[in-house]
Amino acid sequence: MKIHEFQAKEVLRRFGVPTLKGIVATTPEEARRAFADLGGPVAAVKAQIHAGGRGKAGGVRVVKSAADAEGFARQILGKPLVTPQTGPQGTVVRRVFVEQGCAIAREHYVGVTLDRTLSVPVMMACAEGGVEIEEIAKKSPEKILREAFDPLDGLRAFQARRLAFGLGLKGKTANSCASLLSALARAFRETDASIVEVNPLVITQSGDPLALDAKMAFEENGLARHPELEELRDLVEEDATETEARKTGLSYVKLDGTIGCLVNGAGLAMATLDVIRQHGAWPANFLDVGGGASKDQVMAAFKLLLGDPRVRAVLVNIFGGIMSCAVIAEGILAALREVSLKVPLVVRLEGNQVEEGRKLLAGSGLSVKTAASLDEGARLAVAAAGGGKG
Amino acid sequence: MPVLVDDDTKVLCQGITGKFGGLHARGCREYGTRLVGGVTPGRGGETAEGVPVYDTVSEAVRETGATATMIFVPPLGAADAILEAAAAGLKLIVAVTEGIPVLDMVRVKAALRGSPTRLVGPNCPGVITPGQCKIGIMPGYIHAPGPVGVVSRSGTLTYEAVWQLTQRKIGQSTCIGIGGDPVSGTSFVDALRLFQGDPATKAIVMIGEIGGRAEEDAAEVIRAEVKKPVVAFIAGAAAPPGRRMGHAGAVISGGSGAWKDKVDALRAAGAAISESPSRIGETMERVMRERGLLGGK
Repeated sequence: MKIHEFQAKEVLRRFGVPTLKGIVATTPEEARRAFADLGGPVAAVKAQIHAGGRGKAGGVRVVKSAADAEGFARQILGKPLVTPQTGPQGTVVRRVFVEQGCAIAREHYVGVTLDRTLSVPVMMACAEGGVEIEEIAKKSPEKILREAFDPLDGLRAFQARRLAFGLGLKGKTANSCASLLSALARAFRETDASIVEVNPLVITQSGDPLALDAKMAFEENGLARHPELEELRDLVEEDATETEARKTGLSYVKLDGTIGCLVNGAGLAMATLDVIRQHGAWPANFLDVGGGASKDQVMAAFKLLLGDPRVRAVLVNIFGGIMSCAVIAEGILAALREVSLKVPLVVRLEGNQVEEGRKLLAGSGLSVKTAASLDEGARLAVAAAGGGKG
Repeated sequence: MPVLVDDDTKVLCQGITGKFGGLHARGCREYGTRLVGGVTPGRGGETAEGVPVYDTVSEAVRETGATATMIFVPPLGAADAILEAAAAGLKLIVAVTEGIPVLDMVRVKAALRGSPTRLVGPNCPGVITPGQCKIGIMPGYIHAPGPVGVVSRSGTLTYEAVWQLTQRKIGQSTCIGIGGDPVSGTSFVDALRLFQGDPATKAIVMIGEIGGRAEEDAAEVIRAEVKKPVVAFIAGAAAPPGRRMGHAGAVISGGSGAWKDKVDALRAAGAAISESPSRIGETMERVMRERGLLGGK
């Protein structure tokens, strides 16, 4: 789960990470007032959307008057901002964060995430800040400093100091930067974050380090013990269908194609997308109903697929392990009593209670194409959708 | 003994009084697994699924002589349940639970480092040696005893592969579901080494997916250590690249995790790649025939 910059800063401040004073505004007038309240003489007006790359995309501007703050807010609020991470349609800006200005002496990069190979979180720092860290990682990986967390103690104080000195900082500034890094590490662990990133971390001309930008995302499994963080979820930023799916306990990811898929198990769901691609079409979604879905969940899943106007054919691929094929069939039939089936339906059932499932579908009077294997199912679905294009 | 479990393995179920735990404890027992007890704190003295329930794992071990356990404890208590099982000296822990916070698993992984306990999972279907012992949630009937070791990050996709093998009359020595979580107990590398050292295993199916570096690490071990033929399928060729990966994650993996990198690495290491998930069985049959491993056919 991603959160906005202003929310991330709120969370980080609780752990002692210094940030500048800022005010959220949802209208141009509020932006004007925010500038006045901050007292000038300089402020930054920053679009608040979940995607990164806002600066280069024109979503951030340094302003020197309340009128300019209002003007820039009017220019971006309510309009889509397109960054390399939003996709071509962009994301509509609904809030701006008006933040005090500061005199910057240096900019650095710092980020924390899980290193899957080491099975521990790792803090990375780079003397060059405000740049694309992926670029640095590709071109000159030696410029990225890394410190692996102790699984029980987290980032130790000496490791934070090693990073601060490694960035080329000296004296009191290095020590306060080390404290900031320790606070970031604590925030990562205590919120079950998946990413904490401060880019740039700046050193002001008076030698104080602070988080000028901040990005945080939380690991979905860990959110179960942080109800206060769940409240930071911005549903408008998340895909409506994905949100609906999550509420019913389904795992759904929207894709760009025309074949709607309903599968049990993440690996099989991914493999089903692959087979659809091999038959020349694109899947409209990834949908895993999980191992122990109920009839109601299957029904909800099926209605999600049929509610997607891009879907030209539906492929159901179930290998019943714990999941009973009969439950799948019942769920599909229950959904079809409430919404009509306007696109071809291809069903491949295998495994637990497969005969019962097939019988239920065959006896329903619906025009269901059945497939004996995954390959056949994908072939039939692609043909039924009118082939590969679209 | 086959890999990890055999018909002598005595098994506990932690979380046996829950709906899911009870259901699968029963399933395992019906398959022929020697289920000897369950553990639910506060429910000691009761009976569930025909076996005694204990308050603690160490008491259950003392009373039953169990050496393995399967964990169905809910996510926020599961890490503790794993550590309790390890502290009680169990040799094999199969953690079926899905949804354990990653940082809990970071601690568990560190605590188990250097310990004689093997953890499989979490978020996995479990381990089965067909005809002998099933510890987990996989449907027993799709399996058959035989020479192929199967290791996989996915549940239902494993069933798909196993079913294809069984339909072609190719049985399995042991199937290990290592689970789909980013931090887990047993890796592909561990499983490949177990199969290489197992006389009952003549060939290996490996089912991976995009993300992380586990398949690349496996390729390195296949190249250097594994003499038995390996058939691999990697799911996720059609998944949109990097869609939900943030900056830092992309950096850590150093641009790896992509489908093509994994397939290229495995192919270069000598594994036969099944391009489609529906041709895993077919590919294994061809490879085994080429190697003279399918007696008479």
